[in-house]
Amino acid sequence: MQTSSDDVPPLLRMTGISKSFPGVKALENVDFAVGTGEIHAFLGENGAGKSTLLKILSGAQAPDSGTIALDGKPVVFATPQEAQRSGIVTIYQEFTLAPDMSIAENVFVGRELGSRFFVSHRQMEEETRKLSKRIGLDRGPATRVRDMAVAEQQMVEIARALSMKSRIIVMDEPTSALSRSEVEKLYAIIRALKADGISTIFVTHRLDEVFEICDSFTVLRDGHHVGQGRVADTSIEGIIRMMVGRDVGLLAHRQDSSATAEVALEVRNLTRRRKATDASAIELHDVSFSVHKGEILGIAGLVGAGRTESARAIFGADRLDSGEVLVGGRAVAIASPADAIAHGIGLVPEDRKQQALFLGLAIRTNLSMAAHDRITGWGSFINVRREKDLVEDYRRKLNIRMTSDEQLVGNLSGGNQQKVVLARWLALRPGVLIVDEPTRGIDVGAKVEVHNLLIEMAREGIAIIVISSELPEILALADRIVTMREGRVTGNVPGPGATQEQLMTLMTLSKPKAA
Amino acid sequence: MSTTGLPPSTRDTSFDAFGFIARFAPLIFLLVLMAIFAIMEPRFLSSINLFNVMRQVSITGLLAIGMTFVILTAGIDLSVGSLLAFAGLVAAAVAKGGMQDRFTVGDDAVGYGWPLAALAAIIVGLIGGYLQGFSITRLKVPPFVVTLGGMSVFRGAALLFAAGGPISGFDKAFTWWGQGKIGPVPVPVIIFLVAAAIAHVVLRYMRFGRRVYAVGGNPEAARLSGLNVNAIICSVYVIMGFFAGLGAFVLSARLNSAEAVAGTGYELTVIASVVIGGTSLFGGVGTIFGTVIGTILIGVLLNGLVLMNVSSYIQQIIIGVIIVLAVAFDTFAKSRRKRG
Repeated sequence: MQTSSDDVPPLLRMTGISKSFPGVKALENVDFAVGTGEIHAFLGENGAGKSTLLKILSGAQAPDSGTIALDGKPVVFATPQEAQRSGIVTIYQEFTLAPDMSIAENVFVGRELGSRFFVSHRQMEEETRKLSKRIGLDRGPATRVRDMAVAEQQMVEIARALSMKSRIIVMDEPTSALSRSEVEKLYAIIRALKADGISTIFVTHRLDEVFEICDSFTVLRDGHHVGQGRVADTSIEGIIRMMVGRDVGLLAHRQDSSATAEVALEVRNLTRRRKATDASAIELHDVSFSVHKGEILGIAGLVGAGRTESARAIFGADRLDSGEVLVGGRAVAIASPADAIAHGIGLVPEDRKQQALFLGLAIRTNLSMAAHDRITGWGSFINVRREKDLVEDYRRKLNIRMTSDEQLVGNLSGGNQQKVVLARWLALRPGVLIVDEPTRGIDVGAKVEVHNLLIEMAREGIAIIVISSELPEILALADRIVTMREGRVTGNVPGPGATQEQLMTLMTLSKPKAA
Repeated sequence: MSTTGLPPSTRDTSFDAFGFIARFAPLIFLLVLMAIFAIMEPRFLSSINLFNVMRQVSITGLLAIGMTFVILTAGIDLSVGSLLAFAGLVAAAVAKGGMQDRFTVGDDAVGYGWPLAALAAIIVGLIGGYLQGFSITRLKVPPFVVTLGGMSVFRGAALLFAAGGPISGFDKAFTWWGQGKIGPVPVPVIIFLVAAAIAHVVLRYMRFGRRVYAVGGNPEAARLSGLNVNAIICSVYVIMGFFAGLGAFVLSARLNSAEAVAGTGYELTVIASVVIGGTSLFGGVGTIFGTVIGTILIGVLLNGLVLMNVSSYIQQIIIGVIIVLAVAFDTFAKSRRKRG
């Protein structure tokens, strides 16, 4: 521990933190320490346990075991308010500002200055003016937050943190919505805070930023502490190795590919803005790739890189600003999921429960929902016999474990729910199937089954696009891998022979070495 | 979570007592209520009184069938009573061949006959329902607001159309639909039960019905399954309008009169019937069978209270309390479902 060389205890030390949720060990015996005035990078893949640790630090969750010490004195935070009183303030990626209130009102919300019953706007605006000056926010304290740019709103959050006399400011991906010049400005603020002895915990997926601004780092992987040290003593390669170096023994690489030469789906220059009027809020930027019949194409990227956004745009779930989708070589117009389905494209969305399943309805109803044409008899009556046969057919093929087809889908395990969603699309006999996070939240055994199913489907000639945050999954399945970062395609590499390190580099660096 | 060796479905076979009670709660409640009334007031169980109850609930029952479709999509329609009044007046005017001769009573009324009158009422209902469905799906105004507006618009239209006075006195063929009997069974009761049977089949066995449940249960998943969510939502308001028109015709026939204040307060009774019958205001859960039971339950409650000489003011208080309790029960059941 870098600060233990002298005998002063670090500003913050978390020791042996463990936390479990039903069925998941989120953190296991994790240590974490930050010194006074230190800028500390907190790193790890999605799901590594970062947010859980930060929630414990900010008092939003209690650890199952472990201790937290500030200045060497043990502390317990039962609520976020207690953590804030001790000087630990978190700025979340989604700001918590009230857009129609002024800067001053936001800074002091819940802690209004004034007498016992009356709020003193004059006093709050005076204090806000001082704080704004300190961080270089060039706006009057009465300015409405809604009228400010994202970077300025972030400064309001920082001003609020300072007004709480904070000693540690946790910033969760603070640069994700900022332009390059705004990032520089944020760095300047963070350095100024450092000069005042305020520490920053900096959560980011952009590894180059770690080397630009941070003094030290901690890496989590799968809920374990896997490394820490001074940034000056390490390299990007070293950090990437720590982030991905997990046991991949469970996932066998595919033996043989079923890819053909025939292109099933091609997309060209897909571009989409988050808001139609805001050119800077680009979600997708000239995304182009193709997938062949019988091929499994993996799309790798961090959350927000544009993987899910691409899938939803191809499927007609979100509007595209420009770009072309070609099915079997012909350009098609897709304005809704119904259009996409008509062109033989299916989508298994990333959030099963919110986006795919009708939890209060039976398995049978859920499974056949997109394939009514196959089971509708005379006069648009559902032919229950045919529907039951369909369900039975896929129950056997996909090994769905259920008591009867009348069982509520909400009562199935995650793996079996996912199989029901897969069956829904298979029943449509799609030409292209996009699966977004196909194994999220399902147990290891079911995971292997889903993987084998995807391989089997490809063998039957379906073009499959697999989107996953788990690199081993992508590497085990994909014939070819497209990497994305910040809405752009940053790489297109053959699956066999690709390594996690290579992909992680393409996914995280602003200027990848290979393109 | 390594339960791969053990089928996770095994735990689902255990008997869910809560689920069982939740499912049959309306029926159990109805039987208990009838038993109480029968003990306190023996006249209650006479067949004349029971048919009377059924005849009284048949109009709100027709509306409740339409309302079941609407609430299954997590919508609401507050305009039913107003739309019913307007459609009833239009039907009456058609039956009388115009607005003159308002009060001619008996067989000598000259007009276009009941088939055209019924058709007119239904067309008014369909158009009113479509306009509201359009506003909800295309103008993106929440159903509560659209139909609150519709409640005022249709009532105003009815008052304007009637110029304040009722239209009364239809021929026998017209009034048969409200006052006639087949054997011992009043015609409105038959219309109600036949309509309920058809609605049941549509919801259970036709693809449209499946989609109504899907849209109510999870609109995002419905859209991503390729369903045209807007078309389905719009159509449930059209169906509601159809039943408002049909109900208007039957009510005019029963009262031998149509007036602009008809159906005032029906939205409360109708929504109460549907909700008490187990249809969730959150959408996606509910049955026509439940709605029929809920409708009868409200009718029995009111009838029993009348027989026991309870003031109509207190009846309103009781209905209001029951709605809130029914929704509280539903919210509780929903939290149970979520945990499952």
